Amino acid sequence: MVCANGSSFEDYKQKLQNAIYQYLLKHPDIREPVKQEKEPLDFVQKAQTNWERRIFKSLNNMCNDLGIALSRKRPVSEQKELEAKWTELGTEDMDLSRFRPVYSPRDFLEVLMSVRNPNLSQVSIGVDHCLQPSKLSCMFPVLESYQAPLAREYSKQGCPQNLRAEMWALILGVETTDASRLQFEHLKASVFLHDLIVDKLIFKDINLTASNDDQYFVFEDLLYQILLVFSRDTAVLDHFEYSSANPPKAHLRGGRNNEDTLVIYPPNGVIPFHGFSMFVCPLCYIYEDPVTLYMVFRELYTLYFYLLHTVSSHPQGILSLCLLFETLLHELDPHLTYHMASKEIQPLKVVIKWLMRAFSGYLSADQILLLWDRILAYNSLEILAGVGARMDKIISF
Amino acid sequence: MAETVKYCCDLDISVVSANFEKRGWSPVGSDEDWNVYWASVLTIRNIFNPENGYKLRERQIINHFPTYQELTRKDYIVKNINRYREELDKQGSPLAEKDNMGKYIHLDFIPLTFALPNDYNAFAEVFKKNPTSTWIMKPCGKSQGIGIFLINKLSQLKKWSGPLQNSAQNPITATYVVSRYIDNPLLIGGKKFDLRLYILVLSFKPLKVYLYKLGFCRFCQLKYTCNMSDLANMFVHLTNVSIQRQGDEYNSVHGGKWTIQNLRLYLEGTQGKEVADKLFSDIKSLIIHSLKATAPVMIRDKHCFECYGYDIIISDDLKPWLIEVNASPSLLTTTDNDRVLKHELVDDIFKVMCPGNTVPNVETDRTPDENNIGNFELIADELESIDSEQCSKNSVHGGKWTIQNLRLYLEGTQGKEVADKLFSDIKSLIIHSLKATAPVMIRDKHCFECYGYDIIITDD
Repeated sequence: MVCANGSSFEDYKQKLQNAIYQYLLKHPDIREPVKQEKEPLDFVQKAQTNWERRIFKSLNNMCNDLGIALSRKRPVSEQKELEAKWTELGTEDMDLSRFRPVYSPRDFLEVLMSVRNPNLSQVSIGVDHCLQPSKLSCMFPVLESYQAPLAREYSKQGCPQNLRAEMWALILGVETTDASRLQFEHLKASVFLHDLIVDKLIFKDINLTASNDDQYFVFEDLLYQILLVFSRDTAVLDHFEYSSANPPKAHLRGGRNNEDTLVIYPPNGVIPFHGFSMFVCPLCYIYEDPVTLYMVFRELYTLYFYLLHTVSSHPQGILSLCLLFETLLHELDPHLTYHMASKEIQPLKVVIKWLMRAFSGYLSADQILLLWDRILAYNSLEILAGVGARMDKIISF
Repeated sequence: MAETVKYCCDLDISVVSANFEKRGWSPVGSDEDWNVYWASVLTIRNIFNPENGYKLRERQIINHFPTYQELTRKDYIVKNINRYREELDKQGSPLAEKDNMGKYIHLDFIPLTFALPNDYNAFAEVFKKNPTSTWIMKPCGKSQGIGIFLINKLSQLKKWSGPLQNSAQNPITATYVVSRYIDNPLLIGGKKFDLRLYILVLSFKPLKVYLYKLGFCRFCQLKYTCNMSDLANMFVHLTNVSIQRQGDEYNSVHGGKWTIQNLRLYLEGTQGKEVADKLFSDIKSLIIHSLKATAPVMIRDKHCFECYGYDIIISDDLKPWLIEVNASPSLLTTTDNDRVLKHELVDDIFKVMCPGNTVPNVETDRTPDENNIGNFELIADELESIDSEQCSKNSVHGGKWTIQNLRLYLEGTQGKEVADKLFSDIKSLIIHSLKATAPVMIRDKHCFECYGYDIIITDD
């Protein structure tokens, strides 16, 4: 390995340590001799597979109804036009009235509710984290030390807004290099080249959510860029190695029933749900540069957010979070639980959309950032269930 | 048994009358014995017209100063600020310090402006020196973006001003101001925005003013360009809600409005806390200087209070520029958030003006409890600031100077969070000492910006 110019051996050593640390976090089972299955529980895997089939079917149906192909190459004139408009996509005139989000949190809840464990195993409860935002007076030394584990530890108390950008980048191991800029440009080029139906879904989703949100509408144009690029990024596919989900596949034109012509669609394997863009919104408050913003978002998605819309037995998967939420609610507020039960109100119906979007859009931006600080710090989504269980406090906002 | 406040309201603004009703006040006619009058500017002119001989009693307050135009008319405020600068210059005040380009360092907060047609020659001279500059033409005494256009050639002005100079029968509407256009505004999401802040002035001399914390940013719908071809597209350049509402991209859910809190969060996250703190401190200083500039020509009247809407644009070097001041900021509501905000604004105005929901009395000075002024914060209070200065001189443990120094010290040594926590508890006191209008105080502020905190410590 060659040391980059200008960086000392110590710096390089620290970077290497951080890289190993981040790799281990992503692959917790690396030390186990037998490679684990993507999803150890059959009935969960089955539910996820059925769910994927349903999503893809509904996407296909939409294509058929609208008479639009999943993907088409843009004519050169359109490519150029899109390139010129890249930073102001909000002005793009597009008739989206016929497009509908493929699925909403409500649809997903139905799926979750129908998952039944044939063995009725015990569910363990996670820690109920303290949500009080407290601020550290001095994080500069942490940043200077450039130690990812240290940054993570300090973030447990919430990052000061002015240092958050660096802290998160350090924790996630995101470094905006020339290579990442080049990659971003490359992905942009592939957006210009092809018109995917997913693009329309992204536009529709942003129109329905962020554009109408008085906290995030300012960043509308930035969101288009990030999410369009995201849909083309095959690096996202890596997370399917440890996710219970599998990327949807489509046949290339003319190659029906032939395994060779199967391609992953969309290129990143993720079909956005209603509210997907809210994963990006809060980041706009800390990253101005689209490339850094994108890299951080991609890390957050492949580490955490994918779990929020995938059926899995992962201890931080949405199933576990829902269970954890119900248990916590029962423990923290038995009266409320009883009251809701007697009125046949299902708390999860309210909470699922909060959980699926990691509360983005339901709390003010500064609170979201403090909440996500804790997700990064504890490397865990469990806090979402904890916050959900204090719903009485949140509703009073 | 507290007496019920009797109010009179000229204008049918729902947020105002709803507030009075909520407080249980009783409505009366303008010729009856009212305590609080929410009047139109026309009524103010009548009431304060010496020919009418109308005398306000001690238990009456009214929502405008008779000479409010000194602050709100685009040509008057420029005249007042110019005079204020010259006076400070003559006194040799450190505030009037200029940089080596001959620009005021601390008082350069309003774009270079000329009144037309009177100052046409002076303007033409400046324009010829900066032939590539863009200027904005605004009619004096009009609001909501009416009659505004941009120019970048002197000929555009000649063509326009030619026939108007001839129409002498209508001299008032013919008066325009031309200001240097801020063509490098700070952009967020590629779009231009301005700030709308509300302040409540209780008195100009001594200056007593509250700043409303819940201001907002108003965004343009279209991406900002300073291309000459787009000069005529007002959706790019003007942030006025009344203009933006006509655009295709107008979103009626948020109305292009973003809270000041969000702006601060964004700036802290992307530019750092020091930058955000300095900007907001500069904005407060801008407000105070603009009020002090008009104070000498303002009629002193204890019956008056006034809520002004300040329009401020931030340039990309994060410097705030005063664009204009409105005496009757629109209380019409465009979105749900807007309604909540403006309702609270009026509510909080009367928390300050009529503390404890009692009949106001202009003779007894009843300063409202600081914990009960809603979202207002006192940013200047000339009498009190002198008091606090004496207080800290007399008592070693007065704490006020110490805390300010502590904050500065902690900021200097990067422990800003601790400083902020302390600061929030005694915020108004710190603001007095930073922003108060006594020359000593202002010298302190200057030192803070240029030399750090040493001088303040030795002062204390």
